[in-house]
Amino acid sequence: MSFGLSFWISLLAVAGLVLVAYVGVEAAHLGYLFGVIIPYAAFAIFVLGIIYRVLFWAARPVPFRIPTTAGQQKSLPWIKQNKIDNPSSALGVAVRMAFEVLLFRSLFRNTRSELQSGPRLAYASSKWLWIAALAFHYSFLIILLRHLRLFTEPVLPLVKSLETLDAFFQVGAPLLYLTDIVLIGAVTYLFLRRVLIPMMRYISLPADYFPLFLILGIGISGVLMRYFFKVDVIGIKELTMGLISFNPVIPEGIGVLFYIHLFLVSTLFAYFPFSKLTHMTGVFLSPTRNIANNNRAEQHVNPWNYPVKVHTYEEYEEEFKEFMKDAGIPVEKE
Amino acid sequence: MSVQKPEELSKIDYKPPKTSWMDTPTVIKKGMFCWGAKEKSLKATGMPNVRAWSVADEDWKLPENWKEIFLEGLKERLSKYRSFQLFLDICVRCGACADKCHFFIGGGDPKNMPVLRAELLRSIYRKYFTTPGKILGKIAGGRELDVSVLKELWYYTYQCTECRRCSLFCPYGIDTAEVTILVRELINLLGLNIEWIAGPVANCWRTGNHMGLLPHTLKDTVDSFQEELKNLTGINVNCSFNRKGAEILFVNPSGEYFDPNGNITFMGYMVLFHELGLDVTLSTYTSEGGNFGFFTSNEMAKRLHSKIYAEAKRLKVKWILGGECGHMWRVWHQYHNTWFGPVDFLEEPVSPITGTKFENAKSNKIVHICEFTSDLIKHGKIKLDPGRNDNYIVTFHDSCNVSRGMGMLEEPRYIIKNVCNNFYEMPANTIRENTFCCGSGSGLNASENMEMRLRGALPRANALKYVREKFGVNTLANICQIDRAALQSLADYWVPGVAIRGVHELVGNALVMKGEKDRTTDLRGDPLPGKEAQ
Repeated sequence: MSFGLSFWISLLAVAGLVLVAYVGVEAAHLGYLFGVIIPYAAFAIFVLGIIYRVLFWAARPVPFRIPTTAGQQKSLPWIKQNKIDNPSSALGVAVRMAFEVLLFRSLFRNTRSELQSGPRLAYASSKWLWIAALAFHYSFLIILLRHLRLFTEPVLPLVKSLETLDAFFQVGAPLLYLTDIVLIGAVTYLFLRRVLIPMMRYISLPADYFPLFLILGIGISGVLMRYFFKVDVIGIKELTMGLISFNPVIPEGIGVLFYIHLFLVSTLFAYFPFSKLTHMTGVFLSPTRNIANNNRAEQHVNPWNYPVKVHTYEEYEEEFKEFMKDAGIPVEKE
Repeated sequence: MSVQKPEELSKIDYKPPKTSWMDTPTVIKKGMFCWGAKEKSLKATGMPNVRAWSVADEDWKLPENWKEIFLEGLKERLSKYRSFQLFLDICVRCGACADKCHFFIGGGDPKNMPVLRAELLRSIYRKYFTTPGKILGKIAGGRELDVSVLKELWYYTYQCTECRRCSLFCPYGIDTAEVTILVRELINLLGLNIEWIAGPVANCWRTGNHMGLLPHTLKDTVDSFQEELKNLTGINVNCSFNRKGAEILFVNPSGEYFDPNGNITFMGYMVLFHELGLDVTLSTYTSEGGNFGFFTSNEMAKRLHSKIYAEAKRLKVKWILGGECGHMWRVWHQYHNTWFGPVDFLEEPVSPITGTKFENAKSNKIVHICEFTSDLIKHGKIKLDPGRNDNYIVTFHDSCNVSRGMGMLEEPRYIIKNVCNNFYEMPANTIRENTFCCGSGSGLNASENMEMRLRGALPRANALKYVREKFGVNTLANICQIDRAALQSLADYWVPGVAIRGVHELVGNALVMKGEKDRTTDLRGDPLPGKEAQ
């Protein structure tokens, strides 16, 4: 599928979602559908979908122990092992995984190769993708946690501290959250590199553009609600508390922008388990990262290991006995 | 086959085609692929779809129901390998792997970006095995499997050397080698192996080694080495085959009996074992440590390697020592114990010379020669004169499999530093876990695909050129027989004046043997430093 088509299909899909929510709430007055039924359904799909995914993967065996070793192995006592990048124990694996999941260790290694005249190949450290990925994921996480304000009464102290921290610079009214800017900035960067770098554009599918547009749409609608077109925050909290306590209510006059935001979020939740976004859970199961490199010290069992046809020594000797005897190589049957 | 000059070949256009990759048909280019498997090679090991065919022909003589076979095979493997299923599901196409592949760097073909190489299969997986792909087709990134798609898969799966460099950089550890390995399995269900792999596999099945060397030939070869060593050192070096009751079974890649570079590495082992008085035997039945079966299917890999433990059991040795080889060690280290364990008929390996217990190999009972030798040196058990290697200004090339599939980085370096006075590392981004493939691994070291090999070798050669110009490096040491056989011609092309040498050749050169004659040459018969006039 061409770049143009991938791009426009994805953009139009997100625009269509916005339109659906707008028409649904403004014209068709389906507030209950968009404020209660769809969010519940989306959340259920998300939870069940993720559980299904993880169980689906976990049900598949790991026949071989195939860690990618990224440092010195454990061998002789006087040779210093790289216990994190080439772990031989469960603890080492845990640390390796923590680095991978929390700090994106492998992405940190990223380099950019360049062919100069000569020919001369140069490799430069390239941290932009790593920085953008960290910025994106962590700002997303903090924003998600901040939203707990809507689902707790009294508001959790953790959420309040996060808000204070996030509004560190104390500018604007309402106070500007750093993560709002970082999220939109990072997603924009991830989007721009995808369309501007020719090779990235070449490998990109609608499945890459769609989530970017969707998240961008969520971010923008959220920002618009908070900073530009004020929505009825009290009403929203009434709705969200209703959802969390299973006593759904649809207060009047929240504003359609909220419903658009909520519908996009619902879409993201429902889409999540069926998309590449499942890398969030998949990374924990990755056999090149999450097993120790102690293959010679401990046997790794393959549940479907089966006997194979072999060429036995007896067959070998049978065929080559005369040659062996002539060459003075010992044989079993003289 | 004529190949362009280096200046021409290194003009690489990294610009992708205007049409999207799914809409850009793959052209199978001469110089970029290996000949198809011969009828007799497929037949020898009982592979499916035995027939004469040629890659150049339009008709590959596929079985009638080839598509069904392929898709059924895919389905089965998805259920048997979590890695495979996961790696097809979670790629986000972030592009971190794109410029990490030597074939992409040296060739610029976008389908050689690891991400896209895997997408070639992922697109089929989506179309036939995921709901969005079944319903939305192309929009969900799916595509129909037809003969041209199959040929494309074939073409690019034999342009991946399973070096795993991409997996190092992938934030989820997606390993293209795993995908390539299983695509090759699927391709083999249709009888589409390449002869450079299928031939050695057939040989190995029958004669115990890839080269097809018969027992007496092996004996003759080693006898000639003994004669050579007698001339060079004045010592009668012992060597035995199939000797029962020896303490150690030594298994090495058979290329060492055949390839001139490998020969000298083997002579390095011989003098070392002799000097130590090691109670070691070779075996003609298991005269191959390498495993081209691994490049065919995991089943074939197991079929070929079962002989190693069987022979160890028959000869009643205590443990197994393995020579210098790359993929052999990936298989030995990451697969053997799973296939053949528990290995309770052998003993936990202990060096009879130093008493060192090789704890890291206590379960599968196989020790790498570099672990063994570095332990000897550490304990001062051998007398070394590194000055004998002074004509060599050395750098070390980490073999992909040994670095990223095992992590043996320090042992060979420790040895080299003790047997050579001049050692310089290539740039950090190209060594250790970051090492670049020689461009010929995973059974792709044929000659008909020379352009592809030269392109794949560019990153390695370029780093080599850097140390050649900066430090005058003239020797690339390595611990892999494919490197020794394949890299020489690639180095001659990109960096003339660099010799490819096994680490144990350098050990053999430096080893001062008890009772040796006044040495004037190294193991190659080349004059030692300062002895040139004689």
